Amino acid sequence: MVEKSIGELVEIYPYINVYLGDFEINFDKEKSFEDNLKEQPEFFFEQRKMSLEETVDEFESYLEKASSILEESMESVEKISIFPGCSKDGMAEGFQEITVNKGEVIAIVGPTGSGKSRLLEDIEWQAEGDTPTKRMVVINDLTKKERQRISGRQRLIAQLSQNMNFVLDMNVGEFLTMHAECFVKKAMVQPLVEKVYKEAIALAGEDFELTTSITSLSGGQSRALMIADCAYISKAPIVLIDEIENAGIDRKKALKLLVGNEKIVFIATHDPVLALSADKRIVIKNGAINSIIAKNAEEQKALEAAEEMDRRLLKLRDRIREGEIISAL
Amino acid sequence: MKLVTFAGPPTSGKTSVLTKIIGQFQKESVNVGAVKFDCLQTEDDKIFASLGVPSKKGLSAELCPDHFYITNISDVYAWGENNNLEYLFTESAGLCNRCSPYIKNVLSICVIDQLSGINSPQKIGPLLKLADMVLITKGDIVSQAEREVFYRRVQMANPHGEIYFVNGLTGQGIFEVCERIKNLSTVQEIENQTLRFPMPMALCSYCLGETKIGNEYQIGNVKKIG
Repeated sequence: MVEKSIGELVEIYPYINVYLGDFEINFDKEKSFEDNLKEQPEFFFEQRKMSLEETVDEFESYLEKASSILEESMESVEKISIFPGCSKDGMAEGFQEITVNKGEVIAIVGPTGSGKSRLLEDIEWQAEGDTPTKRMVVINDLTKKERQRISGRQRLIAQLSQNMNFVLDMNVGEFLTMHAECFVKKAMVQPLVEKVYKEAIALAGEDFELTTSITSLSGGQSRALMIADCAYISKAPIVLIDEIENAGIDRKKALKLLVGNEKIVFIATHDPVLALSADKRIVIKNGAINSIIAKNAEEQKALEAAEEMDRRLLKLRDRIREGEIISAL
Repeated sequence: MKLVTFAGPPTSGKTSVLTKIIGQFQKESVNVGAVKFDCLQTEDDKIFASLGVPSKKGLSAELCPDHFYITNISDVYAWGENNNLEYLFTESAGLCNRCSPYIKNVLSICVIDQLSGINSPQKIGPLLKLADMVLITKGDIVSQAEREVFYRRVQMANPHGEIYFVNGLTGQGIFEVCERIKNLSTVQEIENQTLRFPMPMALCSYCLGETKIGNEYQIGNVKKIG
């Protein structure tokens, strides 16, 4: 591969510009890396304290490693099993095993600081008794070593939270394109961008353009774009949603979108409707998993009642927005 | 003693991250100490001292900060050994993005900040490219998409390094980073080790204190834009 001309290499791996930029030479695109270097004065190698061969070897090792990272495919997570550890005081957790399957929504509830993020960190790290909780996490029935051989250093968890903002000065189209280019081949980029854009508008319930600057999107539009982007472009098989409250988007639809894309969704929330709508609910106290509550018929009824209350509150909010004077509910 | 060097652009969160790392090692009753290298002024050594660990600072002032660093590292190493440290952390500001203070066979960690811009992984140079570990800070306040793009660009700038997201305020990710530090660092004498990337070859008239502008004042190793 290293014998290819610079032009060819950049065509296949545009990212190598990051590497080449460091040499402060104008590369001749028609020639190989080595031939380009052969034209450099002795001073060039003297300054870098590296011979021509060493420089070429280093470039080759860079190319190999970088291209292997680009070709890594994200393994799909079929199943996560969590085995008990202990609380902040060292008390053993009372459950036997928690299994989470692809397409499930899991709520994590508990007071602030109770250890919700630690649980997620244990999953991301694939803990093997080597974290403060001493928990064991097994993904797809494989040990950490076996998994790393398959998926390299890909990150497992994508996060969405109320505190996240867009900080780039770009429009929606450019932004989605830049993200899509990280993961898919050139020809696939445009169709993917179109799809995410359409889903984001549907989710937001209000129109915006591909040319709208991402920093000028409303709260609801930003959230919708982040969710649609996460569902379709991000490769991470697990999504953590942290306190996404009513930002004007349809949260049920949002969850469906994520789960429909074969992801596992964890929601850390205090919102009764979201917590009750999950397939399972993990209750955390003092750093430990205190109980696991599976959806049941009774809670399903409670969920319907909670949703009704939610709708009434939403209606009230709309009336207030419209300038009505509220005398009775 | 194991030496671990931290470097990164100004305000990337090096001190916050290092403070959390020291805290984690203290929890495990490991003897650690820290030395802060800076240019004009720093109070960061006091932050480290307030944690109750041996600490020291060095100000390069009128000297090139990286030259200052490398000419002092063996003394600092000796200081660490005299204090019976198991781990000695050094922190230095990478100011011009051209240099890196990394030494072969010594664990080198780059701290880089997600808010520094999507192109910063391209701009940072050896400081990022030659690090064994890259810690990305301030990732918690941007979108997942921005995090993933940034991560990919860091990977492409440094495909051999291990990359972690850490939060210098909440300490998220620090535990895992400390585990990797323990695994990757080695006990190593500092004398006769080699820099990973040569420092600038200087000695133009301005290195020697010249302040006037103009061709006739430029003597020595001078390079033109052309």
